[in-house]
Amino acid sequence: MPMQTVKMVVTGPFSAGKTQFIQAVSEIDVVSTDRKISDSSPESQEKPDTTVAMDFGRITVGDDLVLYLFGTPGQRRFDFMWEILAEGMLGFVVMVDSAKPETFREAKSILETFRAYAPTPYVVAANKQDHPDAWSPEDLRIALRIEDNVKLLPCVAKDKESVKVVLLELLYSILEEMES
Amino acid sequence: MPLKGTLSVFSTTQLLNLINLAKKTGVLHIYEGIESGKMLTLGDGQTKIPELVPGEQRAEVIFKEGKLMFASMKDKSGDLTSVLHKSGRLSDEQSRIIRDRGKSHSDKALALMLINANYVTKQQIIQSIQKHTVDIVFDLMTWDKEPFLFDDTAAMPDERITVPINLENVIIEGSRRIHDQKRLEEELPNLDFALKFPDSPGEKFKDIQLSTAEWRVVGFVNPKNSIRQIAKACNMTDTEIRRVVHALLEAGLVELVKPPSAAKVQKKAPAAAGLRPSKDGAPSKAVVNRLIEKIKTI
Ligand SMILES: Nc1nc2c(ncn2[C@@H]2O[C@H](COP(=O)(O)OP(=O)(O)OP(=O)(O)O)[C@@H](O)[C@H]2O)c(=O)[nH]1
Ligand SMILES: [Mg+2]
Repeated sequence: MPMQTVKMVVTGPFSAGKTQFIQAVSEIDVVSTDRKISDSSPESQEKPDTTVAMDFGRITVGDDLVLYLFGTPGQRRFDFMWEILAEGMLGFVVMVDSAKPETFREAKSILETFRAYAPTPYVVAANKQDHPDAWSPEDLRIALRIEDNVKLLPCVAKDKESVKVVLLELLYSILEEMES
Repeated sequence: MPLKGTLSVFSTTQLLNLINLAKKTGVLHIYEGIESGKMLTLGDGQTKIPELVPGEQRAEVIFKEGKLMFASMKDKSGDLTSVLHKSGRLSDEQSRIIRDRGKSHSDKALALMLINANYVTKQQIIQSIQKHTVDIVFDLMTWDKEPFLFDDTAAMPDERITVPINLENVIIEGSRRIHDQKRLEEELPNLDFALKFPDSPGEKFKDIQLSTAEWRVVGFVNPKNSIRQIAKACNMTDTEIRRVVHALLEAGLVELVKPPSAAKVQKKAPAAAGLRPSKDGAPSKAVVNRLIEKIKTI
């Protein structure tokens, strides 16, 4: 039986939780392309690893069907990877760190960039909802000017069930798009 | 949930817009910013700005169901006597006497006394308070770095007389006063975008007071017209059109859309289009349903 592979992309600003999201549901270890942020750099205080090329997660559905989850590198200097990763994707998730308003503008800009690559369905995940400073999904919708017909879902990437809901909602949107 | 941030990454205008659209009730606190010594990494993972943590409170603005109710600022007394004095409704002498005698009176009791004594009318009190509140908010709209906290759990302070003010007009007027060119360019970098009206524009335009320039631009709002074309038609410079469009956007009166021509170019753009799986390689509904069933079980 020929093997079919399906791809979805997880994108978003630096440190939004993309790697964590993919890790939560992938059957393989995803952090293969993460690199330690050098100890002298200021980011290392917040975050020891950053993704430099891409994250790569896998969910095997059967002998003939595999879903790949690709996570984009968060740092802008790796954005040459984005378009390649977007190629042929079924849909994408935009992760936002709900507790870091300093990243909202970038989140919106990434969302618009991916929307321009391909007219595929997408959802926005308001991540880190467990954080005490997290903005609510309703507030994020206004702050990021997300249209009402786009799903904006609360998310805690550390929690597999929450990640599953986001992926399922994306798949439902993809189904709807196919039916229309 | 409380909203926390700094005005450098989420401006006063954006906050007012959020509070207006979400019809929020609560108190917005704005603090003096103190450098923590740490740097904050923005979403691009590269740009760093000094992290500012809240110091002493500088201003406080009260909202109820998306309406502006009252504002106070450090060094600007917000008690009724000061407000009426500043607006010229009370003379130096009158306000001195009231201060001496009325120390124990609440603003509400004092207002009744002043109205009964024919010092001022109710309308004059309302106007003076509105002006006091709006002036502070206009001032806050030019601040660009201070830490803020919007607290929607705080009890509404009730010692002040509050007059509900629609935020749309405040946002428009405040945006008109932003003359910082760099900031305008940042907020609206691409003049090739077009504008459209939101879903229920009638509602929003009902009580709005627009300038002639703003009305002219509104007349050209159409997904087919780029902002650049509108500027040309209205004979406006890039800066002028940016200021007008920015004000309209902030007040939620118009929305940005990609013009059809740009959208078409964009779609063709990916150079590697040949790598895209062919039509028959694209997943079917059955495949998507299998993915759904699988994810439910993991
Ligand atoms: N509290 C909380 N922390 C989270 C959540 N998701 C991720 N994190 C933390 O946020 C940090 C960044 O997560 P990553 O998954 O590395 O983020 P990323 O988007 O892959 O980051 P880059 O690859 O550097 O752009 C890590 O310390 C995670 O543990 C969440 O839902 N809640
Ligand atoms: Mg990562």
